[in-house]
Amino acid sequence: MPVYLVALWGKYVCYALLALSIDLIWGYCGILSLGHGAFFALGGYAMGMYLMRQIGSRGVYGNPILPDFMVFLNYKALPWYWYGFDHFWFAAIMILLAPGLLAFCFGWLAFRSRVTGVYLSIITQAMTYALLLAFFRNDFGFGGNNGLTDFKDILGFNVQAQGTRLVLFSVSCIALALGFFICRAVITSKFGKVLVAIRDAESRTRFLGYRVENYKLFVFVLSACMAGVAGALYVPQVGIINPGEFAPASSIEAVIWVAVGGRGTLTGAALGALVVNYGKTYFTSGFLAPYWLFLLGALFVAVTQLLPRGIVGTWRYYMSKRREQQAADDAEAAVPPAPPPSATSLLARPAE
Amino acid sequence: MADQKTTSAMLYINGVSVSFDGFRALNNLSFSVEPGEMRAIIGPNGAGKTTMMDGVTGKTRPDTGEVVFDGGVHDLTSLDETQIAELGIGRKFQKPTVFDMHTVDDNLRLALKADRRTRGTLFWKDSSEERDRLDIILKTIRLTPSRAAVAGSLSHGQKQWLEIGMLLAQEPKLMLIDEPVAGMTDAETKQTADLLREINRDRTIVVVEHDMTFVRDLGVRVICLHEGSVLAEGTIDQVSENERVVEVYLGR
Repeated sequence: MPVYLVALWGKYVCYALLALSIDLIWGYCGILSLGHGAFFALGGYAMGMYLMRQIGSRGVYGNPILPDFMVFLNYKALPWYWYGFDHFWFAAIMILLAPGLLAFCFGWLAFRSRVTGVYLSIITQAMTYALLLAFFRNDFGFGGNNGLTDFKDILGFNVQAQGTRLVLFSVSCIALALGFFICRAVITSKFGKVLVAIRDAESRTRFLGYRVENYKLFVFVLSACMAGVAGALYVPQVGIINPGEFAPASSIEAVIWVAVGGRGTLTGAALGALVVNYGKTYFTSGFLAPYWLFLLGALFVAVTQLLPRGIVGTWRYYMSKRREQQAADDAEAAVPPAPPPSATSLLARPAE
Repeated sequence: MADQKTTSAMLYINGVSVSFDGFRALNNLSFSVEPGEMRAIIGPNGAGKTTMMDGVTGKTRPDTGEVVFDGGVHDLTSLDETQIAELGIGRKFQKPTVFDMHTVDDNLRLALKADRRTRGTLFWKDSSEERDRLDIILKTIRLTPSRAAVAGSLSHGQKQWLEIGMLLAQEPKLMLIDEPVAGMTDAETKQTADLLREINRDRTIVVVEHDMTFVRDLGVRVICLHEGSVLAEGTIDQVSENERVVEVYLGR
């Protein structure tokens, strides 16, 4: 496989992990986050900070402590929040902790005050937009609009080397598989059944005695940590992290991957991310490049209108219909067929 | 604090008022239900029957008055839905609300009295006693044959029963049941009355219903609500002969 393809598919696999994290909360708990790119980017920045510290004195300005952008911006000393990022273990903890903590604070406030549906989606957009503006600032200490780039080594290996790229790609695949199994374990447990109950009838779940806000908070934080890991693996493979990753549009795009693949099916979410991103690469490298966003919009409209269950969802529905038909033919005492789920609206069904 | 008289009551409602935008849904409502009793509540639309249930289960907070549960031990007005459910009050909604995408089994499993915390459900394993409880409940609500079907595919009457089954699974001390026979056939209505009488052997029940035949079938004490307060109380015959009740509710 040529080097550029390894890097490209490595990127897609990271996106698939991000899609999985979105599907876990949207597909199974009805929380439509339109700001999940923020958690992805925070994980990415944590990894980027580690990679920046690994450059050492090989930067343009040759400063052994300060990254190039800090020298350029006349920083005298390393800001305190950069301490520790020269150690990989510290960065690894921050990759989980930074998105997890933000998700915890955000979720604690939002779910406790019972913010749901479209209102929740809007404030997640506001959250990622606020972070976008903050990270754009030069005095925020994360490289301003240039972000973090010019990485050299990761754990002592050259990030550009083919061997390193292959390992990063493999690690991304392993992370995706791990994410898949974690999500699967969660949704097949009784916990997962409570999540679906919350998605379909939140207030009823409360009257059964479940602390809905705790369930939402747990799954939201878990999802944010997964998105953070995805971002952290993404950064060394693309070689840059900048505030653009916080753009509200990227988060919405990630939701579209899930919708295309099939909301509420884990394989669908991952597949959707791979398919849409492959399509994006394909179309943006040809004469259709200027029209990609129109195409993406059209795809989204087409999927919600014609294929509300997404690719995998439709496939499963079709297969279960066929099995039922078979069962009905085999035995006279057939189970009544399941009604089609109400057309997937973008927003979770509002409670009550 | 509740006075001496209230300490024996399962549910004691005293002087409760609830207003929405100036409309008084409950107006100085007072009544009490003794442990082991079944009480039927009737009344015209807008009499405050559902608001009363909202007030008891924590969905609506009363403006004034007290709602006391279980022999005066718990003041419900300061608790939220989850806490009240944990104390042992189960509710069936007017519109049957079951989890459509879950199977009948799973609906009951979610309702079974068990650890409700996230840690508890994440590592949950069904025990054999639980499975036995499920089997018994399924039998009671006559849904054993459709236990593997998704709840969304059930008929209206079956959904009502499933929801009653979910209430049973919660093992509440007090069951609030809002219009259990709405949309049921006559045969189903009769079966439901039998079912409730059966359940009443070990549980206190408050049932709101419009269907007078059904209420008569239950054969329990009746309260008629009107404009947010008690209009009449007594046996079904006493209440249905009350002149005011005939005027506002039953019609001449």
